[in-house]
Amino acid sequence: MKYSVILLFVCLWGSTSIAQDCKSILLGDIIDFHDNTHLSGAKVIITGKNKQTVSNEQGKFRFEKLCDGVLELEISHPECTSQFVTLIIRGDTYKKILLEHHLEELDEVKVTGTITNNTSSAQEGHLSLNEVEKYSGNSLGDALKSLTGVSSLNTGANIVKPVIQGLMGSRVLILNNNVRMQDMEWGEEHAPNVDINANQDISVVKGAAALEYGGDAIGGVIIMKPLPIVRTDSLFGKTQTNLFSNGRGGNITTSLTKSYNSGLFIKGQGSFKKLGDLETPNYLLTNTGVQEKGVSISIGKRDFLQGWEAYYSFFDSDIGILRASHIGNVDDLIQSINSQEPNVINDFSYSIDQPKQEVTHHLGKLQYYRRFEGLGKLNVQYDFQKNNRLEYDIRVGADANKASLDLSLTTHSISTDFQFDSKDGLKVKTGLLGRYQINFANPDTGVRRLIPDYNKYDLGAFGVAEYRLKDNLVFDAGIRYDFSRINAKKFYRTSRWEERGYDEEFSAIVLEDLGTQLLTNPVFEFHNVSATTGFEYDSGKETKLRFNYSMAQRAPNPSELFSEGLHHSAARIELGDLRIKSETSSKFSLSLEKNSTNWGYTLAPYLNTINDFILLEPTAVEFTIRGAFPVWAYRQTNAQLIGIDASVYNNWTSRIRTDHKFSWVRGTDISTDIPLINMPPANFNNSIFYRNPTWRNLVLGLESMYVFEQNRFPDNIFVFSPEQQEEVELAINTPPAAYHLLAMDIETSYSVRNKNDLKVGLRVTNLLNTSYREYLNRLRYFVDDLGRNISLRIIYNY
Amino acid sequence: MKRIKQVQKQVKMKTIKQVQKQAKMKTTIALLSIGLMTLSCSNDDDPIAVDEEEVITTMNITLTAAGNTVTLSSQDLDGDGPNAPELDVSGTLVANTVYAGSIELLNETETPAEDITLEVAEEDDEHQFFFNVSGSLTGFDYTDTDEDNNPIGLSFTVATGDAGTGTLSVTLRHEPKKPNDGTLADAGGETDIAQSFTVTVE
Repeated sequence: MKYSVILLFVCLWGSTSIAQDCKSILLGDIIDFHDNTHLSGAKVIITGKNKQTVSNEQGKFRFEKLCDGVLELEISHPECTSQFVTLIIRGDTYKKILLEHHLEELDEVKVTGTITNNTSSAQEGHLSLNEVEKYSGNSLGDALKSLTGVSSLNTGANIVKPVIQGLMGSRVLILNNNVRMQDMEWGEEHAPNVDINANQDISVVKGAAALEYGGDAIGGVIIMKPLPIVRTDSLFGKTQTNLFSNGRGGNITTSLTKSYNSGLFIKGQGSFKKLGDLETPNYLLTNTGVQEKGVSISIGKRDFLQGWEAYYSFFDSDIGILRASHIGNVDDLIQSINSQEPNVINDFSYSIDQPKQEVTHHLGKLQYYRRFEGLGKLNVQYDFQKNNRLEYDIRVGADANKASLDLSLTTHSISTDFQFDSKDGLKVKTGLLGRYQINFANPDTGVRRLIPDYNKYDLGAFGVAEYRLKDNLVFDAGIRYDFSRINAKKFYRTSRWEERGYDEEFSAIVLEDLGTQLLTNPVFEFHNVSATTGFEYDSGKETKLRFNYSMAQRAPNPSELFSEGLHHSAARIELGDLRIKSETSSKFSLSLEKNSTNWGYTLAPYLNTINDFILLEPTAVEFTIRGAFPVWAYRQTNAQLIGIDASVYNNWTSRIRTDHKFSWVRGTDISTDIPLINMPPANFNNSIFYRNPTWRNLVLGLESMYVFEQNRFPDNIFVFSPEQQEEVELAINTPPAAYHLLAMDIETSYSVRNKNDLKVGLRVTNLLNTSYREYLNRLRYFVDDLGRNISLRIIYNY
Repeated sequence: MKRIKQVQKQVKMKTIKQVQKQAKMKTTIALLSIGLMTLSCSNDDDPIAVDEEEVITTMNITLTAAGNTVTLSSQDLDGDGPNAPELDVSGTLVANTVYAGSIELLNETETPAEDITLEVAEEDDEHQFFFNVSGSLTGFDYTDTDEDNNPIGLSFTVATGDAGTGTLSVTLRHEPKKPNDGTLADAGGETDIAQSFTVTVE
């Protein structure tokens, strides 16, 4: 019912082949089998033709320029099972289609491009499959950046952390096939350990409104779901390969799905990616290669009454960290910032040397659901995750090949929810969650551990409801309670323990005094409550208004609590604080949307006030015999983020379309009236697309991205430079200048065995080979960002 | 010395392996217990402390010229802890004199203190001290070489000029490029020590 027009628009994108000299029109009517009401928002696909549309408010749909002959339609609706209809086109044709409504397998039979929002009232974004394919050789963070209000915090080009409306890390949850990722998201250089090619239905909820997934999503939730599997006897596969000029490598990903009429399915998918050293317009970025492997397998049965799924995925990434970013002390940093040139440039290589990261992530899931007539649907899930992170620094002597950090995070979760949906217009969902997590920090590294051994329990309970007051007015509300208890065993340096004043406040948790170190047993419990409410109003003129208020609390993560010492890979001393408590966000968001065939817009302002906001910023330097190191300390303050995401599109003709997107956020520490660190600068993206379906489905696009200079940032710190023997300004916060990048994309389709089963695309990013640096790239102190990249993508469906 | 270390390491490794095994066992137990919805699991074993090896806490530089000995020392017992190294200069230098310098490195987190100077001397092809002088210190020279005839810097000379204050910066690099042009930038490698001393010349 909702989003039919967005859908239509998405479909216009996705749509392709129209054969020449075919003039017939198909008019259709989609009607609920039970009550004869017209169903809007049903997606209609002409199978094998890659042509689709969506039924309008009156349940009608229309295809033009069809050839006479036999067609098969696949009709899907968020609240119905998919249905296949065969019909004969002979001149202009009319067809009435009855759908069995209320067979609410919405999660099970969701079809490509069908945007069922996760909430009614919150701001959301969704990536079309086309976009996901465009970014198949990149990372999740890169792909999400094409949504307004989503940016990224990078450590080079291969470590990309999504930032939603200015917030990231532990404030952004990632749901990977309904499993909340537990992959040490607390670190700035810890990228999500997901393969973008595994679960390609990707959407984003901006803010904490999607309470069923977690109460602490102050930034938002990224939801990655598998593409739906059609319930029919079939075997189909897809292989995509991307080749990149920058990095001189590429990736390949393949999936194969076998499905049966009974609802049984089995799907396997694998990806491999290898890139060598990347390059800027002027020099090579030594040791920036990457190698990634991903495998996933899923087997299950989906039936109306009940269903189950077993899922396993493995993701392994070896990521080289720019050699020139390895610094010894603050003088090296000063020198790097001032010289603006990397101090190490070697010849091109595919090898990944120290400093580097090797991260593996195992994820397993067992899920079962059952429907109870006249009541609703029960869902039970157990999932297991094991994340191992090895960070290698440049070390010498016998330790040269030893990791400096070796953490293993093991998580077990069990969750259950019940959706009551028997009452018309009212949907209620309640759920429970239990989670147990163990972190093991391997002492074999010979390096003192920043993150300690700990175990952690989480318990959560939620209830969310959606009520359709009138045809055009939906209210939603939810509440969630989360308890977490973290029990850590942590060694503190005695001098640090005293410097932090812990000896006075926390003397009771000291287990053992080892002279220069203390073994302590911090145990913390957090009780967090989150709530949300809002509405969606449909004004009827293809215009919608959404309003949402969300209150969310997030418990501090292990890094915020326990960090203590030199973070070798960053050459900075990072200090957490045992006194840090939960932060509380209050967010108001509004979204005004218009989506018509010809044009549309979204205006989405928001105001997020966060009490006890936890932030990490440079505060001082500390001196050691090895030189001085900048200190980055966590602190809590009250913060306010105000911003707007705006987008407009216009179809100038049936073949030319332009898109315009703007997002801006202003973050302030309101206790001190100082700008927040690492707030994404405003950006303005414009693109123009030309499509010619009659010529091999040609789509030609030119994209422009303008990123403003961030002129709101905290002051730099002044440090004593031992080398220069004087106090100098460390320009650690100064943002780089504004920049403008162009990208070009061409895509065409070919028919090998089936119609349009082969897609070939050519994409050039940073077309003009512009030298630039990005504020939210942690390597901006050392090197320029990426230069031109020409990539070729080939997608074959079979 | 080295052998003892190796043995110590082996002992450590063993215990670590045991702990890992125990951790694995615990995972299995945790899995079971969660399956039974009994969320009771405890971690009674204490983790193993990491004593960072090959730590240099102390550098003592002795400068001698006829009848005058001055010691410059830097001691940093807490490594990346909050305390800055304690610097001490024992006296004043005589103007327009060439001093012979020698460097001693210690790890004082161990008792008795471990003499790291020996290790540097043994692996002299993998180490080099870099000096920088300014003010009333006018020059320096290496007086030792490794087997490839490249400078090391465990012994050196430093010359004083007219009366005033001067600074002596000392940097020890592990695995630098050898030979190099005498600058830190060219040498690369890992910084083991970077210290500056302010001295008075009379």
